[in-house]
Amino acid sequence: MTDEVIKAENLTKIFNRSLVAVDHVTFSVREGEIFGFLGPNGAGKTTTINMLITVLKPTEGTASVLGFDIVKQANEVRKVIGVVPQEYTADEDLTGYENIMLCADLYGIPRDIAKKRALELLELVELTEFKDKRVETYSGGMRRRLELACGLINRPKVLFLDEPTLGLDVQTRAATWEYIRRLKKEYGMTLFMTTHYLEEADALCDRIAIIDHGKIIVTGSPSELKDSLGGDIITITIKENADVTDIIKSIENVKEVREENGAYRVKTAKGEATAPLIIEALRRKGFTVTRLSLTEPTLNEVYLEYTGRAIRDMEESRESFIAQRITLRRARGR
Amino acid sequence: MSEASAPEECKPSLARGLWALTRRELKKWLNDPVMLVMFVLQPLIWMGLLGKSMNIGGLFSANNINLQGPIPIPSNAVISPPVPPGTTVFLNGTLLSQMIDEMGSSIMQNTFGVTDYFSFMAIGMVSMIVMTTTMFSGMSIVWDRRLGFLDKVISTPVSRAAIIFAKILNATFRAMFQATVILALAYLLGLQFSSTFTPLNLLGVYAAIFLLGVGLSSVFIAFSIRSTRMERPMQFVSLITMPLMFASNTFFPVNLMPDWMQAIAKVNPLTYLTDAIRRLTILPMDATALILDFTYLGLFAAVLATIGIVLAWRYLTR
Repeated sequence: MTDEVIKAENLTKIFNRSLVAVDHVTFSVREGEIFGFLGPNGAGKTTTINMLITVLKPTEGTASVLGFDIVKQANEVRKVIGVVPQEYTADEDLTGYENIMLCADLYGIPRDIAKKRALELLELVELTEFKDKRVETYSGGMRRRLELACGLINRPKVLFLDEPTLGLDVQTRAATWEYIRRLKKEYGMTLFMTTHYLEEADALCDRIAIIDHGKIIVTGSPSELKDSLGGDIITITIKENADVTDIIKSIENVKEVREENGAYRVKTAKGEATAPLIIEALRRKGFTVTRLSLTEPTLNEVYLEYTGRAIRDMEESRESFIAQRITLRRARGR
Repeated sequence: MSEASAPEECKPSLARGLWALTRRELKKWLNDPVMLVMFVLQPLIWMGLLGKSMNIGGLFSANNINLQGPIPIPSNAVISPPVPPGTTVFLNGTLLSQMIDEMGSSIMQNTFGVTDYFSFMAIGMVSMIVMTTTMFSGMSIVWDRRLGFLDKVISTPVSRAAIIFAKILNATFRAMFQATVILALAYLLGLQFSSTFTPLNLLGVYAAIFLLGVGLSSVFIAFSIRSTRMERPMQFVSLITMPLMFASNTFFPVNLMPDWMQAIAKVNPLTYLTDAIRRLTILPMDATALILDFTYLGLFAAVLATIGIVLAWRYLTR
C-alpha cells in the first residue's frame, strides 16, 4: 500500500538492562533504494540489522519489513529477506556449491529450482570455476561474493548487508560494490546496508542515516547531506597571531568561521570565488595568508559536522577487531 | 521485480532443514580423513592399553600363586575324613591349582557376570566413548555462534527445532559410529558374546546409545549455546566425566562399591546404558532387567531433551 519497504519506529535494544545499543531509532526505507547506516564501530548498526532480520527481539518499539511485523510475523519476514552478514559464515569444510545448497535447504526451496539458481548465482559472482573447492581455500573477496550469493538464493525482495566490504582491500572493495550494484539491478531489490566506510556510503547508497551511540543523527542522500554543510570549506592560515574571524565573516557568501588549531575553517558557498576575496580583505587589513586550501565537502566533512569527530578515529579498533576474527577463523581449523 | 516471488516457493520444512543441517555436520568430519583416523585410533589405544593391561582374570588364577611341591595343611584344620593327630597332610599341587582356578572363575563370574574382565571392560568402554563424544560434539555450537553461522541460520525461516535437533543428531550419530568401531575392535581382541546374543541385539545397543546420546547432548547444547568461549564447556566436561565414569558400572560392578557411591551409580544414566549393552551382548538375556534399563534411559532422554530444548529455544529467540 505504501512504497515504504522497511519501517522502524522507536526501535530500541537494551542489553542486560543497562547497555543501550540502539536508542529509539525511527526511519523508513523506500522501495528500490539502497539505504545505508553509517557510523563507527559500536554505534548500533549491527544490532539494528539483527533486529530487522529477526535474530534479536527489540526491547522497545516496532519495525516491519514489507508490511510484516518483525516480532509477530518473524517467519514471514525471514522468507522475503536475504542476509549477508558481517562475518564469513560459510562453512569452510564445505564447497561453495554445498554452502549455497545448504542455504537453499534452510529456505525450503525446491531442489530442482535451487540447483539451477545456485549455478546461476555462482556464475553471477564469478565463482563457477571454484564451486567445488572447499571454502577454506577461498580468498576474502571470494568469501564475500559467496556470502552475497547465499543471501540471494531465496530471491529476496529486501537484502540486508552488514558491512559488506569489512576487511577487504581497496581494490576488492570496489569490485564488491560493482557486484552489489549488479545484483541490485538484476533482481530489483531494496537494499539495507551498514558501513563505517564513508567512500562506501557515498558510492553505493541512495540515502544514508548517520548513527552514533545508538541514535540517528541525520538522514538524507549523500548530496543532500553535503549541501546541508552549506557549501565548500576553505581552510586558511595567517602569519600574524591575531583573531581575524570578524574580517572573514564580513565577506559575502561566508556562512561560518571557526578557528581550529591555529587555522580558520570557513564554510562558504561558491568557494572558488570567495577564496580570492578573503585573501584580498585580509591583505588590506595588513594580514598575510600563508596557506589556503579549498575542499568541496565529502561525507567525511558531513560526518565531522554531525558527530563532532572524524570517523577515522574509530578505524583502528575496527582493524584489530578484524584481525581477531581472522585469528579466530584460523583457530577453528581443527 | 523478479517474476517468481519468494514467499510462495519457500516451503521450509522441519525434516528438510534438519537433514540439511545434520548432513553439514556429518560431512565436516567424514570429509576429514585425519579426524576419521583419530576417531578409530582413540578407542583402539584405550582398548589395547587399558583393556589388556587390567588383567583382573589373571589375578584369580593359579598362575598367580607360587605352587612348588606339595603344600602342608595346618594341623588345626578340620579334615574329613579325620586323620590321627600329629600326621602331616600334603595337598597335591596340580589339584590345588585346579581348585584355585575354579574359585577364580567363580569369583569373576559372581563379580562381573562373565569370566573374562576384558569383555566386561570393553562394553564399559563403549559407554565411556558415547558419553565423551556426545558431550564434545554438542560444543561445536559455540563455534557456530562465534563465527556468525548460527545468526545466519536464525535469520532463515528454517524451524528453530531443526537447528537444535541437528546438533543432537550429529552428536548421537558420532557416538554410534565410535561405539561400532569399539565393538568391532573388542570382538577382534577377544570379546566373548553370550550364547543368547544375536546380531539383532545390536539394534537394541544402538537404541540405548541413541537415548543416552540425545539426553546428554541436549543438555550440553543448551549449556554451550550460552557460552561465548569454548573453555567453559570444556572445563565442565572434564569435571563431570570422571565422576560419571567411575561412579557407575562402567569399569567395576556397583555392588562392591561403598553405599554412598552406589547411590550415585544408581541414578547415573551411564550405569543403565552399560548394563543394557552388557545384557544385549555378553550377558545372558534378562528381559526384566533390560526393560528397566530402557525405561530409565528413555525417561532420562525425554526429560533432559525437554529441558535442553527449552533452554536452547529461549536463546534462539532472545
